[in-house]
Amino acid sequence: MAEPIGYMARSRNYYAAQGFEKAYQWAHFDEVPFAPLAKPLADSRLGIVTTAATYARTTRDDRAVDSGSTIDPPERLFGDDLSWDKKATHLDDRESYLPLVQLEKAVVGGRIGSLSPRFYCAPTSYSQRETLTEDGPAILKLCREDEVDVAMLVPL
Amino acid sequence: MSLVARVLEDAGIPTVILGSAIDIVEHCGVPRFLFTDFPLGNPCGAPWDRDMQRAILGQALDLFEQADGPRTTVRAPFAWDGDRWRDQYMEIRPEDREELIRKGEENRKARAAKRSRQT
Repeated sequence: MAEPIGYMARSRNYYAAQGFEKAYQWAHFDEVPFAPLAKPLADSRLGIVTTAATYARTTRDDRAVDSGSTIDPPERLFGDDLSWDKKATHLDDRESYLPLVQLEKAVVGGRIGSLSPRFYCAPTSYSQRETLTEDGPAILKLCREDEVDVAMLVPL
Repeated sequence: MSLVARVLEDAGIPTVILGSAIDIVEHCGVPRFLFTDFPLGNPCGAPWDRDMQRAILGQALDLFEQADGPRTTVRAPFAWDGDRWRDQYMEIRPEDREELIRKGEENRKARAAKRSRQT
């Protein structure tokens, strides 16, 4: 089995080649929070969070927390402004990064209680402080409004 | 996204991250992580492969119940078709160097413009 790509080293080299002198410091914590399931998954409402956007964003646009309907979902989402492997793959199949059809089947099959009426879009901010103090809490607020019990987070 | 997981877990909402950058996620430290060793962009399975996508989502859901402590990583038993992408991603070829410098300058300008909008 091939070794997984070392993305931190790969991107350090790539941005150094772009003339960035200071390497990005990836987030690191010694302590990791862990919330146990409060009730069975079959009785829980699941919310899903993506880093993709509901509209075609460019790298120049500001990013903000957003949401979309899981009841009448968009056919596709967008991520041209994000770092993912645009040479190897594409975002034409929404289920490959936002599996709403499969989640709906999991609801029908009784594996999860329900799906939140909205999916949530997390802007991938360069600033870890911004994510921890602004974007994360904004997503939490949306989850609370929708009575989400468990969350699946799917970065592109 | 690993940071969003921290915020939600701190508030009592269990999370599973379904993603493909294992070194970044594990460096941060997250409660539950289903790792799919695919090119970044399709962590839930190869496009249009519904059987694979169903199995991967099932594993991610299982992880909510299986993990009994933080830093639980499970690797999905699927491989991408071919390995060329592993060398290609962010590959720096000698002929790309000038273009990369130009791209860097563009990035720095965009970041500076964003900073000035925020202040």
